Amino acid sequence: MAELTLLEAVNDALHTELERDADVMVLGEDVGRAGGVFRATAGLLERFGAGRCVDTPLAEAGLLGGAVGLCMAGWRPVVEMQYDAFSYPCLDQLITHVGRYHWRTGGRMEFPLTIRMPYGGGVRAPELHGDSPEAYYVHTPGIKVAIPSTPADAKGLLAAAIRDPDPVVIFEPKLVYRTARGEVPEGDYVVPLGKARIAREGTDVTLIAYGAMVNVCELTAEALDVSCEVIDIRSLRPLDEETILDSVAKTGRVVIVHEAPRTAGFGAELAALIAERAIFDLQGPVLRVTGYDVPYPYWTIEDAYMPSVERVSAAVRSLLG
Amino acid sequence: MYAALADTDLGRVIGDDDGTGDRRVDGVDDAELLALYRSLVLLRTYDERSVVYHSQGRIGTYAIFWNHEAIQAGAVHALRDDDWIFPSYRESAIGLLRGMPPTTILQWWRGHPSGWWNPADWNLGSIAVPIATQVPHAAGLAWGKKLRGEDSCALVFFGDGATSEGAFHEGINLAAVMNAPLVLMCNNNQWAISTPIAAQTRARALADKAVGYGIPGVRVDGLDVLAVHEATRDAVDRARAGGGPTLIEALHYRAAPHGTADDPRAYVDSARVAEERGRECVGRYERYLRRAGLLDDALVAEIKDAALQAMREGITAAEAEAPADPELLFANAYVGPPGNMRNG
Ligand SMILES: Cc1ncc(C[n+]2csc(CCOP(=O)(O)OP(=O)(O)O)c2C)c(N)n1
Ligand SMILES: [Mg+2]
Repeated sequence: MAELTLLEAVNDALHTELERDADVMVLGEDVGRAGGVFRATAGLLERFGAGRCVDTPLAEAGLLGGAVGLCMAGWRPVVEMQYDAFSYPCLDQLITHVGRYHWRTGGRMEFPLTIRMPYGGGVRAPELHGDSPEAYYVHTPGIKVAIPSTPADAKGLLAAAIRDPDPVVIFEPKLVYRTARGEVPEGDYVVPLGKARIAREGTDVTLIAYGAMVNVCELTAEALDVSCEVIDIRSLRPLDEETILDSVAKTGRVVIVHEAPRTAGFGAELAALIAERAIFDLQGPVLRVTGYDVPYPYWTIEDAYMPSVERVSAAVRSLLG
Repeated sequence: MYAALADTDLGRVIGDDDGTGDRRVDGVDDAELLALYRSLVLLRTYDERSVVYHSQGRIGTYAIFWNHEAIQAGAVHALRDDDWIFPSYRESAIGLLRGMPPTTILQWWRGHPSGWWNPADWNLGSIAVPIATQVPHAAGLAWGKKLRGEDSCALVFFGDGATSEGAFHEGINLAAVMNAPLVLMCNNNQWAISTPIAAQTRARALADKAVGYGIPGVRVDGLDVLAVHEATRDAVDRARAGGGPTLIEALHYRAAPHGTADDPRAYVDSARVAEERGRECVGRYERYLRRAGLLDDALVAEIKDAALQAMREGITAAEAEAPADPELLFANAYVGPPGNMRNG
């Protein structure tokens, strides 16, 4: 075990997976010589060479479409999108091909590619450096999506994504890239997709979150005189329904937290799941604390946009009457 | 007509420091030559002060445009006020050349809402952060003006890296097919963050790409403000006369970090950077004007002082403004806001 930041854990996973499987390669803008704008890919070029850590032209649709072809040639590409909002040109390839090519081949060909990108707000950056686009991705059939909140999960989920036979997108919460620190197992380490993590046990109310919002929920739990269970879902698809439903059965109260805009955000999916499968366990409405249905704001007022301990606490209190 | 350009010389107007090769651009009088100098100094001062303000924590992350001033001023001076400009983040301060106060642009970099302007007030699009996405906007604006029978045109700035994006291709092609009055100014500083031009393209010159779109492509020295100016003016004249778009490649070499968050030591050749810094574009033009007898120490000092003063006033005014009201989260996302917008 070593204590690493979330960013270092991503780097560790990439080193481990490239070492383990000669078909794994990393490609993206500035991933090689510069080691990535956040340095997530630092050292890969030196260790594995320019054939397996590739600086590509500035073109996200070409990058992801190219990865589809690389899969057909037998590679397992790990594509870095430099930032959340700069991934948008790749959505064409994602929706029209990445999510459906396996299906189109009658299940005969696999596309084991991974897309990873920093996402989320709170970092005091110019426009379009703070988006949370997970709903666009998870709404696309054929795509799996995972979001770590701890260094160990950042490593384990990325390893799982790279080894998974389906296309997987990993969103890395850039707000906690360097502040989330924790023990990370050395060498081979996989956290299976589709398993939520109970970040904190409690009995009165269930707080469900992912990414940087897990920490906001944990801080809320500490601040309140209420027994909060905090679930870090870690994987949006496949989704660990059982862990969520078990918790709801225990607490009867739910607050879902994400920083993406509210309408058709992933919280709506979670709320629908709970309404369908656990409505008789509920002692109050399923509440959401989310970003608003507005463009992500300029950074001087981004704190008013982001779900905060205050906003989550207010939701919890309203459930407990 | 549109043969490959790589083997031809770069377009130049400013000669060597001993005056060899100096020429005048037809139709550019002494007053205009001095106006260009003022613009260069204003931009240079804005940029240098911004780097200082950033280090003092007075503005946020900032995209440095040091030594890109000749491209920006040279091109904009070829426009009329009713022509539109579409900048990337690299041309964030281009509004200064239209009379926009430095405060506005400083506020953009300070994450303050007063840094956002109405494009129609300045005929200046918003600062485009996603690479190349502004190219189709400029094509559409130019085309739309033509459809309305107006004779204004558009100028769009983008980098060498941007020429790899689909939006660049789609935008330039649209402009070509619609014969839109558009000037496409490629700031080829040979780097896209850490990615060198050789990793971006196999083309011998970015101006060569014009061939594939059936439009003229021109390559000029990006540190020669008059060469950029002349090429842009010719392109604007052609556009206004119904000749359609032109791709101009202004070639130079990025001699500063990509931005304040970037440490180029990991990837850049520092000897080359030092050499480029020695060739910087404002001093080069200053020496040209001195050779022509248009500039002396007193005037240089006056122009530089005026620019510094404008920046001092700009940052003071920016810092004196009240902080943004969080209520502004909800302002202007919609013309007709949905009732549940404040739910969150
Ligand atoms: C669509 C998109 N992808 C990636 C980025 C991240 N990014 C910001 S600047 C930059 C390099 C741009 O290089 P170039 O087009 O040459 O312009 P320059 O910065 O040199 O002016 C990149 C990759 C972005 N802003 N937008
Ligand atoms: Mg460039």
